[in-house]
Amino acid sequence: MRSLGKQAAFIVSLFLAGLAGIVHAETIHEERSKYRDITVTQVGERRCLLFNVHRGDRNQTCVMINARERLVFDYTRMSFAGLLLNPDPQRILVIGLGGGSIPLTFSDLFPEATIDIVEIDEAVVNVAEEFFFFEETDTMRVFVDDGRPFIKRAGLRGEKYDYVVLDAFSGDYIPEHMLTREFLEEVRAIMTDDSVLVANTFSTSRLYDHESVTYQRAFGEFFNFKLPSSGNRIIITQLQPLPPRGELVSRAMELNERLRKYDVPLSDYPRRLSTRVDWDMSRRELTDQYSPGNLLRGN
Amino acid sequence: MSKAKTKAIPRAVIAGMAFVSGFCIMTIEMLGARILSPYFGGSLSVWGSIITIFMLALALGYLFGGRLSTRNPSAVTFAMFFIAAGVFSLPVILFADPIMRPIFMAIEDPRYGSLFAAIFLFFIPTSILGMISPYAVRLMVERQEHSGHMAGLLYFISTLGSAVGTLGTSFYFVLWFEVNQILLGTVAVLILAGCFVLLTHYVVNSSSVKSAQRQPKSA
Repeated sequence: MRSLGKQAAFIVSLFLAGLAGIVHAETIHEERSKYRDITVTQVGERRCLLFNVHRGDRNQTCVMINARERLVFDYTRMSFAGLLLNPDPQRILVIGLGGGSIPLTFSDLFPEATIDIVEIDEAVVNVAEEFFFFEETDTMRVFVDDGRPFIKRAGLRGEKYDYVVLDAFSGDYIPEHMLTREFLEEVRAIMTDDSVLVANTFSTSRLYDHESVTYQRAFGEFFNFKLPSSGNRIIITQLQPLPPRGELVSRAMELNERLRKYDVPLSDYPRRLSTRVDWDMSRRELTDQYSPGNLLRGN
Repeated sequence: MSKAKTKAIPRAVIAGMAFVSGFCIMTIEMLGARILSPYFGGSLSVWGSIITIFMLALALGYLFGGRLSTRNPSAVTFAMFFIAAGVFSLPVILFADPIMRPIFMAIEDPRYGSLFAAIFLFFIPTSILGMISPYAVRLMVERQEHSGHMAGLLYFISTLGSAVGTLGTSFYFVLWFEVNQILLGTVAVLILAGCFVLLTHYVVNSSSVKSAQRQPKSA
C-alpha cells in the first residue's frame, strides 16, 4: 500500500513537472508520426525534442540555439566517453538520430570520418533537419531503416565501424530485438579490434540486470558508466580486453581540450567508468527467444 | 434427427474447439513480429505484413473450409484440421532461420522481405486454422433456422479465444517462456485438440452403435 502511495505521488509529481514544463515551454512543432508523437518546444534559447509527451514528457534531445555545439544532456555527453577507448574514429555508426546532436558533434570533431546514422522514423529526420540544424553531408548519411537489419546486413557485407553508438529509444522504450544476445553478436560482427561500442541503456528496473547479463555474455567485461545526475547508464566496451585506467586518464588529458566546447567533461569520466558487477548475475540473458524487454521494466 | 450415418459430437466440444483455434491463431500471430524482427526489424510495416498475411490466409481458409463442409461433414475431417495446423506450424519452430535468411539476402526492402517471410512461415498453418470456423458452423447446425444463431455463437467463442490468446501471449507467455516453447505448446494444443475430437467422435459413435443398429439405415 505504502509503495503504491509513493508511486502515485511520484506519478503525480511527474505529471505536474511535465505540466509545468509544457506551460512554460512554447511548442513550436507538433507531429504524430508513424511511430510516435513528436513535439518540439522552446524555452528561451533552449529548444527540445520530445517523444510521446503525453506519456512521459521525456526530452529526447535539446540544443541551445545560441550555442549549438554545447551538449545539453548528460547521456549525450557520456556517449563520447568511447573516445577514451578509440580516440580517433574513422567510421562511425549511430543507431537512433534524435535531434542529431551526437552525429553533429562527431562530424565537427572528426570532419574526415564517415558517419552513418540509422533512424527508423523519417519524421524524426525531417524534424532534426528543420529544427535542430542537422544536415546530411557527403560523409554523414542517414538511413531510414530499423537498426537491427541494417547492422545484420552491414555484417554480411563485411563492413566495419570503429565507433558504434546504440541509442535507439522511442520515448521510454528500447526495441526488444535490439536488446538480445543475437543482436549483440551481429554488432560484434561489424566491429574490429580497434572499435568501441557505446550503448545507452536503462539504469533502473529489472531490465538493468537482464541487460547487464546479456552484454557480459556477448562482450565479457565492459565499462559501466553512470553519473549521479543522470538516469542513463552507458555501456562502453570493445572486442579486446579493456584498457587499464591509466590509459583512459592519459587519453582524457589529450582530448579534454578538444571536447570542452561541447561541454563534455572528459577528464572527469575515467574515474566513473566501472567494471564492478552491480547487477544480479542470476538474471536471465535476453535472446531472440526470450526478450520480454518492456515487460521487465516494471520492478 | 440422426439422418447422418454417424452421430454428431456434442456441441460443447465443437464450441470448445472453436475457442482453441481462435486462441492458437492469435498466439502464433502475436509471436510473428517477434520471429521476424531479427531479420526485418520492428517497424510498423513488419506488423502490417503479418496481419495482412494472417488475414489473407484466414480468408482463404474460410472459403475452403466452407466448401469442404458441404460434402460429408464429419468430425474426423474437423479433427484433421487441428492436427494438420499443428504439423504445418512446426516449420516456424524448426526452419525459421533457413526460411528467413535467403529472403533477407534477396530482398533489401524490409516491407517486402517481411511480407514474403510471413507468407512462407504462416500462410499454410493459418489457412488450415481458418477452415475450422465455417466447418464448425456446419457441424453445429442441424436446422436452417438456427444457422445464424450457431454461426454467431461460434464467432463469439472463437473470437473470445483470440482475445485470450492475444492477451495471454503478449502479457504473460513471453515473460514465462521462450518463443519456441510457446510455439511448441501451441502445436501440442492443436494436435491434442484434434485427438480429443477424434476420441469424442469414436466414444459417441461406439455408444450409439447399438441404438443405431435398431434404426433403419437411410443412406
